[in-house]
Amino acid sequence: MKLVWRRPFPCIITVVALAFALVPYVTNDVQLRESLILAAVYIVLASNLNLMIGYAGYVNFGNIVFFGLGGYFCLFMVNAWRWNVLSASLASGVIVSALALLFGLGILRLRGAFFALATIGVNAAIQQLVTNFEPWGGATGIYLSLDAYGPLGGPRQALWTVYLLVVAATLASLLSSYAIKRSKFGLGLLAIGQNESAAAVLGVPTPLYKALAYSVSAFLPAVVGGLYFYKTGIIEPSGAFSLSLSIEAIVMVMLGGQGTVIGPALGAFLYEEMRRFLLTAAAFSNFQLVIAGALLLTIVLFVPGGLMGFVYRRWPRTQKALE
Amino acid sequence: MSGILASVVDGVLVGSIYGLAAMGLTLIWGVMRVINLAHGAIIVLGMFLLYFLATAAGFPIYGAIPVAIGIGFVFGVALYWIAVHRVIGQPELMSLLATFAVNMILIGLGTALWSTSPYNVPVRVPGLRVAGYTFTGTHILAAVIAAVIAGALYLLFYHTRIGKAIRAVASNRDAAELVGIPSAQILSLAFGVGVALASVSGTLIATLFPFTVLSGEAYQLKSFVVTVLGGLGNPAGALLGGVALGLIEGLTTPFMPVDWVPVVEFALFVLCLITFPRGIFAFTKA
Repeated sequence: MKLVWRRPFPCIITVVALAFALVPYVTNDVQLRESLILAAVYIVLASNLNLMIGYAGYVNFGNIVFFGLGGYFCLFMVNAWRWNVLSASLASGVIVSALALLFGLGILRLRGAFFALATIGVNAAIQQLVTNFEPWGGATGIYLSLDAYGPLGGPRQALWTVYLLVVAATLASLLSSYAIKRSKFGLGLLAIGQNESAAAVLGVPTPLYKALAYSVSAFLPAVVGGLYFYKTGIIEPSGAFSLSLSIEAIVMVMLGGQGTVIGPALGAFLYEEMRRFLLTAAAFSNFQLVIAGALLLTIVLFVPGGLMGFVYRRWPRTQKALE
Repeated sequence: MSGILASVVDGVLVGSIYGLAAMGLTLIWGVMRVINLAHGAIIVLGMFLLYFLATAAGFPIYGAIPVAIGIGFVFGVALYWIAVHRVIGQPELMSLLATFAVNMILIGLGTALWSTSPYNVPVRVPGLRVAGYTFTGTHILAAVIAAVIAGALYLLFYHTRIGKAIRAVASNRDAAELVGIPSAQILSLAFGVGVALASVSGTLIATLFPFTVLSGEAYQLKSFVVTVLGGLGNPAGALLGGVALGLIEGLTTPFMPVDWVPVVEFALFVLCLITFPRGIFAFTKA
């Protein structure tokens, strides 16, 4: 009990995740579930992206490539090999994570803006490759037939199962983000973010840590990509590797506060709520991108710390409780 | 054989326009260490400028080019003071995000105003027949204009006081301030020139190919490839890089399906970045 008071964060986050999972399930509100699953996917994307941007200080513009590749591997396994979705999505998480480690060792030799450019290039290259890759359906992508949902008790039941799995992945993201920040690995990453050369001189194995962070930040987005595209039943290249979703994830991280544990999740949730409001309000539906852009510009220019950065500066005690 | 040669020549002609676009990007990076992610949106702006000047206002097609340069420059200077000035000297994340936010705003406005359907500006220029192969007139003319603009840029940089001031600020901003150069104003001018290059290259591209509001992303990616090939921060290298990219496109198209060309381009881009992280950029570092 004492530990709970000293480190309340994991408990708070577990309770919130339980509420996330149970409220639509108990009320049987499908519309709420659809909104929350999107928010949960965004939280996973933002929270893992934060490992790179917030902790290590590397801007990964192509973070969506993990999500898209995860979706492709998972749907391929479900469709061609008849795997069940849980093992398929976990397997695709492992594959994408391993690929990211390999790739990371290469492109993480670049720093700053060069790295950012390279990640855009990686995303574009893989999107083009998949568009031309016939076993994955080329430009039309992969469709799931209805019997792919059979093992989970039909489509209706499958959607609930997938929802609960996505919420579990969200919880895992936040807990791992918290655990990493408190670990030696996390301290190393934060040191890299502050000053990479100094960190290297002080004995932080920077190439390894960066590649590991890149790889870790690939795992859960890939798993969730698998689950999400299993839920929608279709995946095609322009939807899976959408650069704009990638950037929206960056907006979420900045909105909530880069480098904080809870910030990106909060930012993702708020962003999804705002997006939903803008899309449904007739006057704004065409200007969703404009408003998101203006929001990002305002944050970058005037509140670079984001929401949690502001809160932590105003009330320093909250940071002690939450980080 | 002559078919390949012809497609190579055509690739070089189109490549010189990629080079012009990339010069805008690389110039801004070279002077202020900012990667302008609104680059693609500004290229699209140049395209639509041509469309509206030529179809609605009845401008002669190539008369739109000075207008694109002028509007691009003013727009760029304004953009500098609104979005870039506050993030100069901050971590690169901030300037990347600020310019990307501008990109989102511009593309969002463009989509809302003009939808994402394709536009086309019909341009009639007689082609050139050499050895049984016709070179498209618009491609030749666009390449010539790109070369003229690149030459003018060279004169601006190496034979005017403003050019000298821009080079001074690029090499050492504090020292430039010490000798009385108003560095913020100079940075805004340089940003304006970079944006003007992007918008005029958009206008030129619009004389060659049909376009949509979203075309900018593809050309922005091409510009990145070109800048990396030619050395980020090096305008002459950018022009060469553009020609090189045009060559690659011209050489690969006869041998593989068109869909695979971007795969080659981006693979090359990432490989180039990885294998020459310093090598290719080394001669731009002070």
